[in-house]
Amino acid sequence: MKLNIEGLLVYFPYDYIYPEQYSYMLELKRTLDAKGHGVLEMPSGTGKTISLLSLIVAYQRAFPLEVTKLIYCSRTVPEIEKVVEELRKLMEFYTKETGESNNFLALALSSRKNLCIHPEVSSLRFGKEVDGKCHSLTASYIRAQHHSNPNLPVCRFYEEFDSVGRQVPLPAGIYNLDDLKAFGRRKGWCPYYLARYSILHANIVVYSYHYLLDPKIADLVSKELAKKSVVVFDEAHNIDNVCIDSMSVNITRRTLDRCQNNVDTLQNTIHKIKETDAAKLREEYRRLVEGLKEANVARETDIYLANPVLPDEILQEAVPGSIRTAEHFVGFMRRFLEYLKSRLRVQHVVQESAPQFLKDIFDKVCIDRKPLRFCAERLQSLLRTLEIADIADFSAVTLISNFATLVSTYSQGFTIIIEPFEDRTPTIANPVLHFSCMDPSIAIKPVFQRFQSVVITSGTLSPLDIYPRILDFRPVTMASFTMTLARTCLCPLIVGRGNDQVALSSKFETREDFAVIRNYGNLLLEMSAIVPDGIVAFFTSYVYMENIVASWYEQGILENIQRNKLIFIETQDAAETSMALEKYQEACENGRGAILLSVARGKVSEGIDFVHHYGRAVLMFGVPYVYTQSRILKARLEYLRDQFQIRENDFLTFDAMRHAAQCVGRAIRGKTDYGLMIFADKRYARADKRGKLPRWIQEHINDGSLNLTVDEAVQLSKHFLRQMAQPFRQEDQLGLSLLTLEQLESEEMLQKITQIAHQT
Amino acid sequence: MTSLSEEVLLVVKKVRQKKQDGTLYLMAERIAWGPEGKDRFTVSHLYADIRCQKISPDGKAKVQLQLVLHTGESTTFHFANESTALKDREAAKELLQQLLPKFKKKANKELEEKNRMLQEDPVLFQLYKDLVVSQVISAEEFWANRLGGINNTDPSPYNNKQEVGISGAFLADIRPQTDGCNGLRYNLTADIIESIFRTYPAVKQKYSENVPHNLTEKEFWTRFFQSHYFHRDRINTGTQDIFSECAKQDEKGLKSLVTQGVKNPLVDLQSLEDKTLDEGYGICTTQPSTSNANKSVKDSSNSAIIKRFNHHSAMVLAAGSRRGFSVSFIIFLKISSSETSSTDGNSRDSDFFQPPVKKVKLQEAIEFEDLQRENRPKTVPLNLKKSDRYAHGPVPLQSQQYTTSQDIINSVNYIRHEMANYKPSLTQVLSSTAATSAIAALSPGGVLMQGGAQQAINQMVPTEVQGELKHLYVAAGELLRHFWSCFPVNTPFLEEKVIKMKSNLERFQMTKLHPFKEKIQRQYLSTNLTGHLEEMLQTAYSKFQIWQTRRMMRKT
Repeated sequence: MKLNIEGLLVYFPYDYIYPEQYSYMLELKRTLDAKGHGVLEMPSGTGKTISLLSLIVAYQRAFPLEVTKLIYCSRTVPEIEKVVEELRKLMEFYTKETGESNNFLALALSSRKNLCIHPEVSSLRFGKEVDGKCHSLTASYIRAQHHSNPNLPVCRFYEEFDSVGRQVPLPAGIYNLDDLKAFGRRKGWCPYYLARYSILHANIVVYSYHYLLDPKIADLVSKELAKKSVVVFDEAHNIDNVCIDSMSVNITRRTLDRCQNNVDTLQNTIHKIKETDAAKLREEYRRLVEGLKEANVARETDIYLANPVLPDEILQEAVPGSIRTAEHFVGFMRRFLEYLKSRLRVQHVVQESAPQFLKDIFDKVCIDRKPLRFCAERLQSLLRTLEIADIADFSAVTLISNFATLVSTYSQGFTIIIEPFEDRTPTIANPVLHFSCMDPSIAIKPVFQRFQSVVITSGTLSPLDIYPRILDFRPVTMASFTMTLARTCLCPLIVGRGNDQVALSSKFETREDFAVIRNYGNLLLEMSAIVPDGIVAFFTSYVYMENIVASWYEQGILENIQRNKLIFIETQDAAETSMALEKYQEACENGRGAILLSVARGKVSEGIDFVHHYGRAVLMFGVPYVYTQSRILKARLEYLRDQFQIRENDFLTFDAMRHAAQCVGRAIRGKTDYGLMIFADKRYARADKRGKLPRWIQEHINDGSLNLTVDEAVQLSKHFLRQMAQPFRQEDQLGLSLLTLEQLESEEMLQKITQIAHQT
Repeated sequence: MTSLSEEVLLVVKKVRQKKQDGTLYLMAERIAWGPEGKDRFTVSHLYADIRCQKISPDGKAKVQLQLVLHTGESTTFHFANESTALKDREAAKELLQQLLPKFKKKANKELEEKNRMLQEDPVLFQLYKDLVVSQVISAEEFWANRLGGINNTDPSPYNNKQEVGISGAFLADIRPQTDGCNGLRYNLTADIIESIFRTYPAVKQKYSENVPHNLTEKEFWTRFFQSHYFHRDRINTGTQDIFSECAKQDEKGLKSLVTQGVKNPLVDLQSLEDKTLDEGYGICTTQPSTSNANKSVKDSSNSAIIKRFNHHSAMVLAAGSRRGFSVSFIIFLKISSSETSSTDGNSRDSDFFQPPVKKVKLQEAIEFEDLQRENRPKTVPLNLKKSDRYAHGPVPLQSQQYTTSQDIINSVNYIRHEMANYKPSLTQVLSSTAATSAIAALSPGGVLMQGGAQQAINQMVPTEVQGELKHLYVAAGELLRHFWSCFPVNTPFLEEKVIKMKSNLERFQMTKLHPFKEKIQRQYLSTNLTGHLEEMLQTAYSKFQIWQTRRMMRKT
């Protein structure tokens, strides 16, 4: 259908539309009009992606000079592929309606592992291996050597792409990962480099967060993307953790040992080169004297995305003299390494700020702040000069140099914690230096500054106001949309007591309590008897799940559950869990029914959907608080309190509730879907917890279902399931939660729609 | 029924049933018990009817054996011979243990099949009674070409029985019971053993390796229940445990399942992440410890339980869905262990095969079925007031061709049109005299209706004689079919059969036909009732005669 969104003609590739989709598009358009940032929450399964794409594509067509590019960031590879498929659907609709093929170029970008078509390289299993092998075939000096020595292997796909591929732009169209591979095979071009090259002129780029948020990758891939782009972060409820992760560094004794080896190798290579090819080193020296001016010019003229690891100031300066020659730099690294080793020899936990660390290092080994800041850049230059083939081998020294640059650049927002041993095993020495980022806004700041509109969206972003605070930006729109429903297809229940009136809770004091564990077991057992097909149960942590499973096994509860359904359990091994997942789906598919025991914050809870019969009930055992005893978390909480005035408890609850919402939200993936959401912890009944759930879940929790016993919950569930099992047709939805164009345009409905968006 | 022909496998005297002394007989196909001094059985069960046997615990005063039937009834035998009671019971139990599984399979397939056929087809049942029960021909002969014929012509409804899966909790059903003193008692039925074998092929292998050469059945299962294998939470202590190898094999199986990877890319957690952080970056609150040394014993037993549940569920699922799975699985194991190079070949293969699955799954994932207008032509939903009437309504037997509503409307229109335009062409009809004479000729007693003696039969003969005659015809027809099917006689087997059939026919004539004939004669009914039957038999005999003389000639 064709929609009129405040004067913008939007092609929407379906015959009907959900009211909230319309409302979502309105808000999105306002955000784009204002050239500002937005935070939008809309339940999963209400067609968020297609609404986003429809509107932004329409906007791009209407105002090609205002918005030149859409950068769509998602979390996982399947998500990325789904987005591209939806886009394909939209474009097909455009072609059908307008009769002309538009010249949109849209493509997905992923790591080499997912795009490589080189027969040997692509058969490697791990991403890192693929990257390393690829680099050893495509690095510039390898190729240069190949000219003199044709026996040296190079990648023919890359060679072909390099000689021909850049001249002709990728023809317009929609390219998913497999399409890129097919295209690459046909032309004999490397799909990875083709994609990386093509994102510069593509209208729509779909890739993962890391390409924008991880400075190490962003610098390579996304540096030159146009300023007039719209950036969308989908599934953004965890975006702060991604930011923090990309800026944090852990150094163990093993890292230092490997780094030592790296430095030794560097030293030897320098010696060798000095004897054979001293000119190379002299050339490098000259370049370093001239400084990083080029990069500076580029950034000032707004061509480059800023790199937080490479702060603005150092671009204006030349590399300091003390590390300018290769030998000096290696000596410098050696000193720095020895210093770190000495720090790791502590017997007690040390926590200090970056300035404290810098002062200490100056006092002990006379290393100045300035050369430290150039470490990362200097190392890159050296590695290029020395023509090191396998970059992967040098990950340790790269890590150390990145750490050096970060610690000397940011005096705020980071903390250094040195732990001589793990808390659980105080007798085993395993010293770790955590350099942890506490401020997610550091990593994302360049994105907000550079691009005109950044939209953060997800099914679970409540409470909305916390994201602008922790990411430090000013949104022009913030809205939460509910799911309009013709029938209440979700049934959130809070089970607070067992049948014996024992309060159910996963809180620390009652964690080992057998009565609680038994009651949790009973809940699952009862549910397994009444819920058809699949049930997913989430625990607060892996250790907790292991303990509960063991004690359920001893008490014979699992055996009884097995009478009703098969049991599959998430393990820490991803491959094993994948197999369990597939078997779980198979068991749901063939009617036997199964239970999946899983962990909140685990991979399953973040990336796997349990549509329809794959998840008719989700049980959340306990409140998934993060492990609060960790020093890193404590430091972060302190920082949040001092900098953003967010109280510790507020943040912890917020964090726990967003994960709980993610877990239970896995079961509802559309309006025709239905599922039970059982929160098995009495603490969920409290207003401060409940109030932090997304509105679309919250509004279905009534006062009667706040503190149920297991039996009461079973009764309510039975009733709910019986109702849901009735046939549900499109006609039942029409006019309520599903609209035709005529219905949409009626005055009354427009009135209603304005109420859907919940402004904050 | 007589028990003479049956082979008696075991006789146990002094067995009490319902407080009555008697003797227990275990025969080839059934178990029977008769009270002392009488030569008939008051209890008789076909093995196929027995679901399981149960025995009283060893320590108990009464030595008993209980048989549970499929119907749910049970019969208890008390072995009362003081000195040898236990031995007797064991002997009976052992024998039953061997016999029951055999009949279980047979019962499932053949007997039930035959039973069903007889129940469904009253004519066949009558025939069976006439021929087999009265020992004109043996049961095997009777079924010999019946079953085969049916299976060949229409195999689908009978052969493709739905495979019965395995209950996920079959191990839980083996409830250990304490027997008072420090012991546990496990009840194993043939079903459970079957389930164990199907789920854990490794155990089956062990069983066939060790029983009965090295271990008795009982010892085997005792060890099984004591083993670390059964109790996964126990830490492996002894290496003499014969099941430790099974555990290893299972581990291997699980691993190979894991390395096989998953077909659905949407659940593949390994390729979910696009770009993982390099080692050393990110906030990892708990570093994965490099050595297992600091893992406590409890932790590893916990994770063993978890692994076990995953494996158990996967195996149960696999056993339920595919019978040949375990075999192919073992083959896969062999392949993967023998040539490691094949693995990367596999991965490339999977790469080629992946896209279609992936495409479908992706399309499924982005589908919004309620946002689309239904593409199918609009149908009226069936609104049933009484659904059972719908389900049991008259069903056309061979209406293979359906006429569309358009056809019907067309033909109605056509007929209406024809009717409207109908003009009788009176010049071409028969004259009235010719018509009446034709009607007269076709009426009973008319010229064309003469010679039909059959028409009188239902008035001449009382109904029970009619019924009997019908049965005789059917039986004779069946025997003659067997007889004629032997020609041309070109194998020694057929030769033998044809001779047997001839004697069968003669016996039939003697035992069935003659008494019937005499009975009719006694009642002074028309004698030529059996004439046709005798004629048919005579034809068969003369054919046989010709064949035999020809054979003699050829021989001499």
